[in-house]
Amino acid sequence: MPKQPATAATPEPFTTVIGLEVHVQLLTQTKLFCGCSTTFGRPPNTQVCPTCLGLPGSLPVMNRRAFDLAVRAALALECRITPFTKWDRKNYFYPDLPKGYQISQYDLPFSSDGHLEVVDPKGAFSRRVGIIRVHLEEDAGKSMHDEGAGTGDSRIDLNRAGTPLCEIVSQPDLRSPQEARAWLNELKLLLVYLGVSDCNMQEGSLRVDANVNLHIPLPAEGGGDARVAKTPIVEIKNMNSFRSVERALTYEAARQWEEWQATKVEMGTIPKQTRGWDDPAGVTRPQRQKEESSDYRYFPEPDLVPVTVTEAEIAAARGAMGVPPTALRAALAEKWKISAYDADVLVNQGRELVSWYEDLATRVGEGKVASNWMQQDVLRTLNERGGTIAEFPVTAEQVADIIGRVQRGEFDTSRGREIFAEVLASGKAVADVVASMGIAAVSDDDLVALCKELLAANPKIVADVKGGKEQAAAGLIGQAKKKNPNANPGKVRQTCLDLIKGM
Amino acid sequence: MALSRQDVAKVGLLARLALSDADLDRMTGELSKIVGFVSQLEELDTAQAAPLAHPLDTQNVFRADEPKPSLTTEQALQSTPRHDGSCFLVPAVLGESGAA
Repeated sequence: MPKQPATAATPEPFTTVIGLEVHVQLLTQTKLFCGCSTTFGRPPNTQVCPTCLGLPGSLPVMNRRAFDLAVRAALALECRITPFTKWDRKNYFYPDLPKGYQISQYDLPFSSDGHLEVVDPKGAFSRRVGIIRVHLEEDAGKSMHDEGAGTGDSRIDLNRAGTPLCEIVSQPDLRSPQEARAWLNELKLLLVYLGVSDCNMQEGSLRVDANVNLHIPLPAEGGGDARVAKTPIVEIKNMNSFRSVERALTYEAARQWEEWQATKVEMGTIPKQTRGWDDPAGVTRPQRQKEESSDYRYFPEPDLVPVTVTEAEIAAARGAMGVPPTALRAALAEKWKISAYDADVLVNQGRELVSWYEDLATRVGEGKVASNWMQQDVLRTLNERGGTIAEFPVTAEQVADIIGRVQRGEFDTSRGREIFAEVLASGKAVADVVASMGIAAVSDDDLVALCKELLAANPKIVADVKGGKEQAAAGLIGQAKKKNPNANPGKVRQTCLDLIKGM
Repeated sequence: MALSRQDVAKVGLLARLALSDADLDRMTGELSKIVGFVSQLEELDTAQAAPLAHPLDTQNVFRADEPKPSLTTEQALQSTPRHDGSCFLVPAVLGESGAA
């Protein structure tokens, strides 16, 4: 087992070079070439027809919505949309591929040359990752092998066969497993925001393969120049979460480093390897050698006519795209005067939560205060409870009511939090909770009386403050809270200091 | 252009066809004739001809994203040699599935 990679404190003696290949299922009601439903989780072989079963005489017809969503994804990734595109047959034999070929795109993908940037909100990295191409193809079915049954049979369910997929291929621009994970999060957020895909990895609507190798700088030796050695590229499959992608890449980089030290084998001297990620074991294992690209014997799909896209159609697609997360982060930060970090946290929760926040911020009139409440109270509670913001039992109006009372000095923020928790737990109106908790603004006379009582009981603190140690007054606030939970800490402190000055 | 026995054996493997020696002999001859027939096209000068993506002069054939009834599972499975009432049964395949 390879050792863990070096930490940031001791730089690695190599650069990890990563490119990703992502398949996302498009949010259509029907398959790419027939009217069968794409609903997930139905009994096997209940969403199949002669076309997606590959029966003789059936013909595919392209789903307009699938093509439009694919174009939207490509535009969001800043790709160039080609005015003329066609489909090709990718021939390979596998029981979950009933036609014996996959309808995909080979030499004329509908889009290419894009990019997507990922910026770590804490400033650890910022990476603009090139997109080589985005193309539209059909999914295969599912094969299941029940080893326990001992029958030696595999069972084939073709419900998924023909489901529209967008394949997104990145340049090898990522430089660490952490960057790869962050970039995938950004890609997923973008595609979900734009309604292209639900990107649900559990249901297989987003799948990731990763290509990784190491670039190792070698010093000049034996009269030769210094150069960079590259380890053979390995493609990793079977990663079922973004966390697995990060773990698999971390493992694989360490494994390649160890192998390099032992063998000095460089890229181009052996065929490209495919390895599968074994999540429970935390290792990658060799898989069958991938068929060479020419073995797929691509040729133009005769059953589909080409598709042309005009500038006007591209402009219309761009117009209908909606605001992507990057633009929304900048807009939120500017409009509500919140930090880039705060905007990032809110936007990463999805469009519904951003709307909820904007509603709250509008009612409160202060974006920063609203953002603090969102993050410290609403989001934390939401994460604990699970569910979406739409199902959250406390409304933006109620939170705004609590914040408004804090702003008017009825009680302080920590008391406000208790009220929030009680509104959440009881489902009662804010005013009722305030009344039932016996919360009332403390009058100035009461506050002065309370402070006098505290000063009389704490001569040491009084002496310290008189001696110039104002911070000693902090010791009085906790005591004040015990005597009257509604006492505002700031006011207690100021009143005490004023009283001591006059003593 | 002649195809070698190895070429034919490789194509046979990719299609998961078990070709006997006799099959290979016959196929190598027949496939070579087919490829030879098509290679007559090489006599033409196509330097100035644009690649043709499709013989029909038609483009942009789409359908709306509207569900249509599927077959019943019984109908879907009726022509397969082996099934278990819900799935097609095939000789064991191990390893990953899904689009490559």
